[in-house]
Amino acid sequence: MKLWLVGISYRHAPVELRERVALGPKEAGALARLLAREIGECVCLSTCNRTEVYAVGDEAEERAVDTLSVLGGEEVAAKSYRLTDHAAALHLFRVAAGLDSLVPGEGEILGQVRTAFEVGAPGPLLNRLFHDALRAGKKARTQTTIGESPTSVASAGAALAQQVFGELTGRRVVVVGAGKVGELAARSLAARGADVVAVANRSDERGADLAGRYGADAIALEGLADAVASADVVVTCTSAPGFVVRPHDVRDRRGRPLFLIDLAVPRDVDPTVNELDGCYVYDIDDLEAVVESSLAGRRREAERAEAIVAEEAERFRAWQASLDVVPTIASLRARAEAIRSAELSKAKLSDEERRTVDSITSQILNKLLHLPTVRMKEAAAAADGVLYADAVRHLFGLEEER
Amino acid sequence: MAELLFWPALLAYGEAAVAYFGETRRPGLPGRLATWGVRIGWLVQTALLAAQAARAEGFPWATWAGSLNLFVWLVVTAYLIWGCRARFRLLGLVVAPVAAILFVVARLGGGTDLGAKSHYSSAFLVLHVGLVLAAFAGFTLAAALAAVYLFQERRLKRHDAAILRVPAPALQTLDSLAGKTIAISLPALTLGMLVGLVRLEAEGGGVDALMAVTVATWVAYGSYVALRYAQGWRGRRTAYLALAAFALVIVVRLALPATHFA
Repeated sequence: MKLWLVGISYRHAPVELRERVALGPKEAGALARLLAREIGECVCLSTCNRTEVYAVGDEAEERAVDTLSVLGGEEVAAKSYRLTDHAAALHLFRVAAGLDSLVPGEGEILGQVRTAFEVGAPGPLLNRLFHDALRAGKKARTQTTIGESPTSVASAGAALAQQVFGELTGRRVVVVGAGKVGELAARSLAARGADVVAVANRSDERGADLAGRYGADAIALEGLADAVASADVVVTCTSAPGFVVRPHDVRDRRGRPLFLIDLAVPRDVDPTVNELDGCYVYDIDDLEAVVESSLAGRRREAERAEAIVAEEAERFRAWQASLDVVPTIASLRARAEAIRSAELSKAKLSDEERRTVDSITSQILNKLLHLPTVRMKEAAAAADGVLYADAVRHLFGLEEER
Repeated sequence: MAELLFWPALLAYGEAAVAYFGETRRPGLPGRLATWGVRIGWLVQTALLAAQAARAEGFPWATWAGSLNLFVWLVVTAYLIWGCRARFRLLGLVVAPVAAILFVVARLGGGTDLGAKSHYSSAFLVLHVGLVLAAFAGFTLAAALAAVYLFQERRLKRHDAAILRVPAPALQTLDSLAGKTIAISLPALTLGMLVGLVRLEAEGGGVDALMAVTVATWVAYGSYVALRYAQGWRGRRTAYLALAAFALVIVVRLALPATHFA
């Protein structure tokens, strides 16, 4: 059984081509089932960065390329990559671990691989392949820190707030300005359990709109100091020419820390606020430096994750190789059993004697074939596995039986 | 033969200290190795203490060095309660080297030997030494928490770009844990001191300098608890206060051989 992978990804194809073959989970599942009816096994993985067809069978490559051509035209087929067996498996393992992603270690891909597997049409080989790939993806993430650090300014702000407060559940967030960047930061904080309690904006309409989405109060900029007094985290992103938050706005803290994320240029928060006890101000440059450092850390961790993934892929290769000798082992055992049964039937024995001889000859057969079976499976994992299988077929005349 | 347990315990604590340092450079495997080092070291040291208790006549840690041995075990025990969690590994960077060094000092002073003889009644020593040492172990951990707090706070204030690379507890968690540790340790110190005073009253004897410093230590930690829970002190101020009070604990520990065990 030959494993084929045919696909395109952001590495070789621009978005204009990728979007032609981008499929939702349902469409990807339907396509996989359609192909599986013709070739045996198929799983189709489609994300914004890649569309890949994993298929098993003699005509798998041809059918997968045809499908991409039909969906996206000849240009897509021309940009596609084709991998087989170990290379295909290693590729999927790397994809599941996030090592082939634009941002190394991103977490979404593991879920997408799982969904593709669940809606696809896997058989024995793809079943094992995807199970192993999901395990490798999880292992890479748990044994390294590749997926832990933030990759955007918004998520870096939220991660830094966690360095101050720990869990953000129930922490009060005040957003100053209703811009897109500020909203992203607010969303990132809310995703970690924080409560957006107030949105202060010069324009009532936009402020109310953002506040409404989070169930927060829309307040005027004049009332900001009161909101800051009860806040744990303040996100600022106005286009005001001067400082919106000054040291005298930070009052009544009573030992409570205050984390300020200043995403505006020019800056909204007076940098001297950072000098106040328990106040931490991060502007856009500080956050970008944190993101850059995190990405560098992810790249370093990626090296360790590669080793984990390679080990898992090697295990899969050994398993797949053992499949090549399974028919030979089965034939050998069937041949031996046939000889034993035939010879036993010739013997003139009482029922009791027949049972005894049957039991003894079965045991002899099993013991005799045990070591060759184990050795052949071991050899299958190495490069000379097929030679062993051929030799066994030749020596025992298994070919003539076919 | 049981004395030889000192070496594997020291080896494990030493390995943990080195691995914790490695964790700051490359988080992951070194951290796990460090955690196992502390666990194994603690188990072996527990076996050593059990052997000492079995062979001793009276309380086995009545000497200065013996009490240091017990003190190290108490500190590591307190650390193991929550220190094995990934986020608290940074704390091990403080605890493991200190444990290893003090363990060596205890060994040099004969505190890890077997067959110790004590001139004091066991019940008195178990209560007095046990409670005071348990309190001091708690204060040591609180000082380590305060030190990590100040380290992390400084990194946040200075906008250290690599701050997220090494997992560390949140500032509020460190602050809260230090406060709770001191709040739990202070009653133990109070009880330990009371037991000592009762014995002083019963058997006579004067107040020495060590006792005076111990009372000063109690006042310092009492102030910490009062300021924290009554006045709402938090963060950097309480961290500095915990470290200042711990300086008195060090004085008491250093003064022990010159006074109580003279």
